[in-house]
Amino acid sequence: MKRSPLALFAGLYLIFLYAPIILLPLFAFNDGTIIAFPLRGFTLGWFADLANTPALHEATLNSLIIACSVAVLATCLGLFAARAVTRYKFPLKGGILGFIMLPLVLPEVIVAISLLVVLMQLGINASIFTIILGHTLLCMPFAIAILQGSFAGLDVSLEEAAVDLGETRAGAFRLVILPIVTPGIIASLLICFIISLDEFIIAFFLSGNEPTLPVYLWGQLRFPARLPVVMALGTILVTLSIVLLIVADIFRRRGLRRTGQSETGGFL
Amino acid sequence: MSSTPLIQMQDVHKYYGAYHALRGITAEIAEGEFFSLLGPSGCGKTTLLRAIAGFEEISSGAILLNGADMAGVPPNRRPTNMVFQSYAIFPHLSVEQNVGFGLRRSSMSVGEKTQAIGEALEMVGLGHLGGRAAHALSGGQRQRVALARALILKPKVLLLDEPLSALDRKMREDMQVELMKLQREVGITFVLVTHDQEEALVMSDRIAVMFEGEIAQLADPEVLYRRPATKRVADFIGVMNFLPATASGRSVEAAGLGVADLAADQMPAGPVAGACTVGLRPETLSILHDGEASMAREASAEIEEVVYYGDMTYYDVRLDGMDTTMRISMRNMVGRDVLDVGARTRVGWDPRAMVVFPD
Amino acid sequence: MISPPLIYALLLLAVPLLTIILFSFWTQNFLTIDRTFTVANYAEALTDPLYRELMLRSLRIAGLVTAATVILAFPIAYFISFHVKPEKKALWLFLITIPFWTSYLIRIFLWRVILAYDGPVNGTLLELGIIDEPLSWILYNANAVVITLAHAFAPFAILPIFVSLEKIDRSLLEAARDLGEATTMTFIRVTLPLAMPGVLAAVLIVFIPTVGDYVTPRLVGGSGGTMIANMIYVQIFDLSNRPMGATLAVLAMLTVTITLAWFILHIRFWVHLSDRVGGGMLGLVLAVVAAVIDIAIVRWVFLHGPDWFGPAGSLGVLAAIMGGGAVLIALFVPKGRWGI
Repeated sequence: MKRSPLALFAGLYLIFLYAPIILLPLFAFNDGTIIAFPLRGFTLGWFADLANTPALHEATLNSLIIACSVAVLATCLGLFAARAVTRYKFPLKGGILGFIMLPLVLPEVIVAISLLVVLMQLGINASIFTIILGHTLLCMPFAIAILQGSFAGLDVSLEEAAVDLGETRAGAFRLVILPIVTPGIIASLLICFIISLDEFIIAFFLSGNEPTLPVYLWGQLRFPARLPVVMALGTILVTLSIVLLIVADIFRRRGLRRTGQSETGGFL
Repeated sequence: MSSTPLIQMQDVHKYYGAYHALRGITAEIAEGEFFSLLGPSGCGKTTLLRAIAGFEEISSGAILLNGADMAGVPPNRRPTNMVFQSYAIFPHLSVEQNVGFGLRRSSMSVGEKTQAIGEALEMVGLGHLGGRAAHALSGGQRQRVALARALILKPKVLLLDEPLSALDRKMREDMQVELMKLQREVGITFVLVTHDQEEALVMSDRIAVMFEGEIAQLADPEVLYRRPATKRVADFIGVMNFLPATASGRSVEAAGLGVADLAADQMPAGPVAGACTVGLRPETLSILHDGEASMAREASAEIEEVVYYGDMTYYDVRLDGMDTTMRISMRNMVGRDVLDVGARTRVGWDPRAMVVFPD
Repeated sequence: MISPPLIYALLLLAVPLLTIILFSFWTQNFLTIDRTFTVANYAEALTDPLYRELMLRSLRIAGLVTAATVILAFPIAYFISFHVKPEKKALWLFLITIPFWTSYLIRIFLWRVILAYDGPVNGTLLELGIIDEPLSWILYNANAVVITLAHAFAPFAILPIFVSLEKIDRSLLEAARDLGEATTMTFIRVTLPLAMPGVLAAVLIVFIPTVGDYVTPRLVGGSGGTMIANMIYVQIFDLSNRPMGATLAVLAMLTVTITLAWFILHIRFWVHLSDRVGGGMLGLVLAVVAAVIDIAIVRWVFLHGPDWFGPAGSLGVLAAIMGGGAVLIALFVPKGRWGI
């Protein structure tokens, strides 16, 4: 790489991007109650504290239930949409897809309060279930975007070739389509899981008395004494996200390679 | 050849909504034949091929394979296999797995399967590539894998949908010869769809030329070329000079060419009376250089355009007394000079090369 | 096949959005909803200085965030597209998107730590002797919101610009050089115009969600950094005034739409101006000057209009200026590049 001003700028920009993530573990392992420099020393105490917080365990369980349900729901809906978009022509295709992708750009507050108002009006209490509904709406565009990549590499004649070579429709699906789109499905599941796990606004508006991890975190931010514990929890969350993300990307790339498509950059 | 044709198509129609894609196709393909469906894009040739394979339900008529009506028989139960235009190589499988895909349901032992795969790959000249991932293949290699994958099942008919269109010119010419050899070796009936008339002429035993869902002419390559049934067929296959003429019985008169008495097969569309068109292929006309032997008919002419191709020279000449020019192709030979634009020369032809089309 | 996701989106997006539009025309009497149709909420929201101030600030912060994000993102996208080896591009893009996938809440909270009075930024600057006392203008105000949001939305700006840069046929740049342009002018006359679709996409993708951001103003904005989303929350949860919350939400969406429509239409005008003087450096400068003047006029009318024309009258004047400009541009400036 050339040592140009541009490369220097790119380096500084990466530092800017990663500054919060780098600081997070510093404070999580810092033996001091104040979140400020200088650091005091190494401790695992804050992580130990996490184990002794029942409210946190409850929130974690809620978050996991929500994230798993959302991942499955959004990916199933995404499968329908991705197959329809890549395989069939139908009127208003662009408009319909644009509408489904709308939550990508709409401010989350708008989505959250409009959902909330409807639910209140219908007399449905905010709960884990309502968060699942909201998160699925939010994750569906991401699932569609990822699965579209998998389905784009799925030439119609592949399915026909399998049938021509003696397989039934079911056999063709199992032996040809499924193996080709599976990496995309796994990537979609993981990405939806990450989004749901980290999502705050919709969960905050729709959670009622069943907080998710980010909602619990938000509550803790008010208490300065709890901040180191929050840092420890954040470290775990961020690490988990990055690990899942890397796994998801490996699967996505494997999917692309299988269908012989070229790399077109990361998610989004 | 056996007595019953292998494939019988009886008044096959296919509608897509209001669009009439196949308009009464009737044809027979014999066992062991290399049969081509030739036509411009949108003429229905691929639809017909897919109907034989079972991917398209026909709207009316019948397709019989080995005497059995194929209506309602799904593609996986027909004794046909297909080489797809895109080759449809399974991208997640290796070359061997691709070739062995159709053997999953056979009763062969693992050893027999491995042997069959090896033989099939050997047959298409890919014996060394069995373990390679499918997406790492070149275009020509993908095509060979597609061939091996279909042939390993020993189908009654191998259907090829524009199999050479994705290859470059040199590779295409090599593959044409190779496909012919392969077909002779395995003795399987090949049905090829192509829009390339040269490809069809080179490889086929018989060719069906299709326009707008109908077969315009079904004949062997030589008849198709020498005695095209319609102006459209003549124009689609090679180059032909068309000249206005009048016919009366077997005798035809065209301005500049005089009167000629023709044989019955020179009127492929049947006897013609009155205004008609006479067709002459460029290579059946000759520029008569000084000292060259004379031909059946001769006339003097002026050269209006010269196009030099290296091995050939194409002349556009105007015969005295003719309104239009005619194209003449001459092989370049030692001692035969290329003439210049504006030169006067003598042109010779033989009336036996003429074809007459009704207007 | 499209129906399940479509039905889902209709039920959980279209129906709720229509519901809040409906709510915005109702009023709340203590705990009961009065379902008489009224535009009172809109009248109040559009004339009350507090709401106006919040709306303008949301737009200004979103505008600054968008500008900062896109201007910072462009060199990065350019660097990855033109200077990074092809096989390393995917890795770079992955590196840039990783922070985006980590907890939003945590990231923003950490900016509060970074920008704090005794945080690492002030610490480093003090250490280096660049400043004598900690900077106080970088936390608990609008600046902090801009910095934090510019960080949060970085990948949204980089990716579309990168995609449009990748699409540029490299031989076009060689052709420009061959036709006598220097590197800089090649950039201004060829690369930049061809990358504009990506830049515009980045502007839309960053601007729309930032206008309605809730967490960042709450965590790092202090009282001077509060935005419209915070007020929507207050109306719905603290004041239990759902119709007013709905009205503000609808207005926020409307304002964003109008602002973006105005912006896109004016880009046509600015590009046209630039083309009229032959493009190049002069055109670029002229377009930027025109843009600054345009935005200043609208901002001035919005801010000082009420003093001159009264609260309701100022809206009329604003509508007249923006609408009139739009009509003039739509009528007299030919549709230019990028289909706008």
